[in-house]
Amino acid sequence: MEMKLTIRRVPTVVSNYQDDADKPRAGCGRNCLGDCCLPASKLPLYAFKANLAKRSQEDAASTKSLVNILLTEWEDRMARGLFRYDVTACETKVIPGNLGFVAQLNEGRHLKKRPTEFRVDRVLQPFDPAKFNFTKVGQEEVLFQFENGAGEDSYFLNSAPITAVDRAPNVVAINVSPIEYGHVLLIPRVLDRLPQRIDPESFLLALQMAAEAASPYFRLGYNSLGAFATINHLHFQAYYLSVPFPVEKAATHKIPLSEDTMKCGVTVSKLINYPVRGLVFEGGNTLDDLANVVSSACIWLQDNNVPYNVLISDCGKRVFLFPQCYAEKQALGEVSQELLDTQVNPAVWEISGHIVLKRRNDYEEASETSAWKLLAEVSLSEERFEEVKAYIFSAAGLVQSDDEEVVSEGEDTTYAPAPVAPLPVAEGCLVLQ
Amino acid sequence: MARSGAAEADPPGEREHRRLAASLTARYSDWVLEALDELPGSFLLTDPALPGHPIVYASRGLAALTGYARRDVLGRNARLFQGAATARAAVAGVREAVRAHRPHQVPILNYRRDGSPHWVLLHLAPVFHAGDGRVLHFLAVQVPIAAAKRRTHPSCAAASGAVLAACREEARVEEDFPCAAHTGKVFVDMDKRGLEAEEPRVASDSEKEMAISMAESIVSALNRYSKLTGLVVSRKRCDSVGIPALSSSLNLSLGRIKQSFVLTYSCLPDMPIIYASDAFISLTGYSREDILGCNTRVLNGPDTSLEVLEEINQHICSEQACTVDLQSYRKDGSSFRDLLHVSPIRDASGKVSFHIWVHLDMGAKHDFSGLTPEVWQLGAVAAVRVAVRGLSASGSLLRPSQ
Repeated sequence: MEMKLTIRRVPTVVSNYQDDADKPRAGCGRNCLGDCCLPASKLPLYAFKANLAKRSQEDAASTKSLVNILLTEWEDRMARGLFRYDVTACETKVIPGNLGFVAQLNEGRHLKKRPTEFRVDRVLQPFDPAKFNFTKVGQEEVLFQFENGAGEDSYFLNSAPITAVDRAPNVVAINVSPIEYGHVLLIPRVLDRLPQRIDPESFLLALQMAAEAASPYFRLGYNSLGAFATINHLHFQAYYLSVPFPVEKAATHKIPLSEDTMKCGVTVSKLINYPVRGLVFEGGNTLDDLANVVSSACIWLQDNNVPYNVLISDCGKRVFLFPQCYAEKQALGEVSQELLDTQVNPAVWEISGHIVLKRRNDYEEASETSAWKLLAEVSLSEERFEEVKAYIFSAAGLVQSDDEEVVSEGEDTTYAPAPVAPLPVAEGCLVLQ
Repeated sequence: MARSGAAEADPPGEREHRRLAASLTARYSDWVLEALDELPGSFLLTDPALPGHPIVYASRGLAALTGYARRDVLGRNARLFQGAATARAAVAGVREAVRAHRPHQVPILNYRRDGSPHWVLLHLAPVFHAGDGRVLHFLAVQVPIAAAKRRTHPSCAAASGAVLAACREEARVEEDFPCAAHTGKVFVDMDKRGLEAEEPRVASDSEKEMAISMAESIVSALNRYSKLTGLVVSRKRCDSVGIPALSSSLNLSLGRIKQSFVLTYSCLPDMPIIYASDAFISLTGYSREDILGCNTRVLNGPDTSLEVLEEINQHICSEQACTVDLQSYRKDGSSFRDLLHVSPIRDASGKVSFHIWVHLDMGAKHDFSGLTPEVWQLGAVAAVRVAVRGLSASGSLLRPSQ
């Protein structure tokens, strides 16, 4: 078990300061996010309301809503030329088919290559201050601090001192290699230098951001180490894309839970007829309930060295959890050369159905079948998935009810692309004369 | 004024009721309500242009099927039929159809007023304005699905379990604040009746046909009572200058942006204006009929700096954004100090298809939401980018030519 697996990795540059990471620096005059500069700085602040279930005062298109402020600040960083490329110049299309995979051609994202030995067989690794981390990011890459204002209403300040004296601030920063317009990173308690590892408090913060954004097209994602996280400093990714993701449309089968377990209001389902096996956690009487259940599941996975990805969808009401094994297969040489040649790293966005392709050929020939084939490599086998599911259930205190399984055996595991059904209605047939 | 004073005195319910009724009567003759009332079955009309996308008409047959009287549902979002066992996956499918203004048919588990769940076949269809292609209403027909004799395979669940509730769209949702709703929780019923109903059902061919034929007769009733025949003018104008019409989905998204801006179409010579925001109309005094199809130079006058115009041109040629300060002119000839931001907007293929021109009257007072005026203007650019990018990827940027 202690065999060290390594693969050659080409990390994506997520910050303009990343390349300087190995150069020693005397002092710091860069306005960075480190202890040297941050505590004495002022940054914009977005303070969300205490009760996220409360309806927002602002109307739909309010320029004060979280999504609007985030996109506005993002556009400002684009105008200042902080990104490595213009992501809106990257071609994007919805692949015809039942699920509607979204493909993007991004030939530039990985051009600046820096091969690294990256240890992929350890989901938890200690924080290494010598490697690139977000405290080295320049403050211009930060859009705002993101804090619980604990008040009636949310508010935004264009400039505010670092609020939490007793605690490092959470910040939202741009990803300088965006995979979509508005791509940002949520970095909980940046100064605390947490390694990439889910804890209940940080996961709740991510759910709160999704709830505050209040748009089903604003999603957050998380990649563990070994599941294509490239930086070992706790962060979630997020962006806005007004297209439904395939995984959000995929059918699910609810797992019956004992009445005791049902009390917190969280329901658990299994994805069916989707290339990657995964669990879907929904509802909860409060956001905390959902955060507690999901983070317990994540904690079991990381403690037991199972790499995983998480998608937070539907305004924080639905969370998809995907244990995965692609890197392990890759290291063991079990992934076909054809797939390796595409250089696609199946991380959370790819698994959810938004696939960034690096070669024009792959983009032009992309089909539901090719996307399916790629993602299917990521999935645990049915056997392994059920095993992991059982562990997750016991770790999260979930008890499966003995009620009859509604599913007749084998029916739910037809993992294959379904044929495209013709729409029963002609498009645009109703025109008022 | 005496008039507005009288309106204030109205009970809020009364005013609300009139606002909803106007959604129909502004577009159809008053007889439309009677005509719709005579049609059998359970159906609704919703208005996506009103805040919250409310129900503006409910058929007589709705009460028999759902237990909701008309007054219970008018003004509310159709989400109210949603319950605990409603599959979110299918909600996403309905949401997508609403966003793309496409018809959609799906079996869904709805909840009656008393909290009992029941399966209906939801047939959703947009009703378009014949003149400018805007979506006026969504029609939602509900046909009850009879229990099948044999059990359906769980794998068929893919197509089942949505809810009409999802009649909401990208920006609209920010206002709807779905997290606040959690309407389903009201209906958590533990008895077996509920659990059985959750089992997915598949609509039969005759149920599907019934839904389609109901929708057809409703639309033909709407057509008979339509007032919208006199809009040939705007259509003709579009044709004569040859500018393509934006899709109704894009129009709706753009309509929510508060800043004063126009979009010009980069694929035609002389870059005609293809969209003008409400704030732009009130800033400049031009109507849409005046301005659509024209070049932005109509805003220039004697004191408009030629050097600044040349600077804008150069940025356009090099596909760069720029912010300039210049003198612009309203329709009445008066001028204002104009903080103007111009930026190329790319479609999903990466090509520049539009330019956005955001105008800000520096002499007027504004609420910039705590941002600097320059950054506040960029908010419009961001909103246009995400609208264009999302709709363009799914192929619904421009209205298909007929």
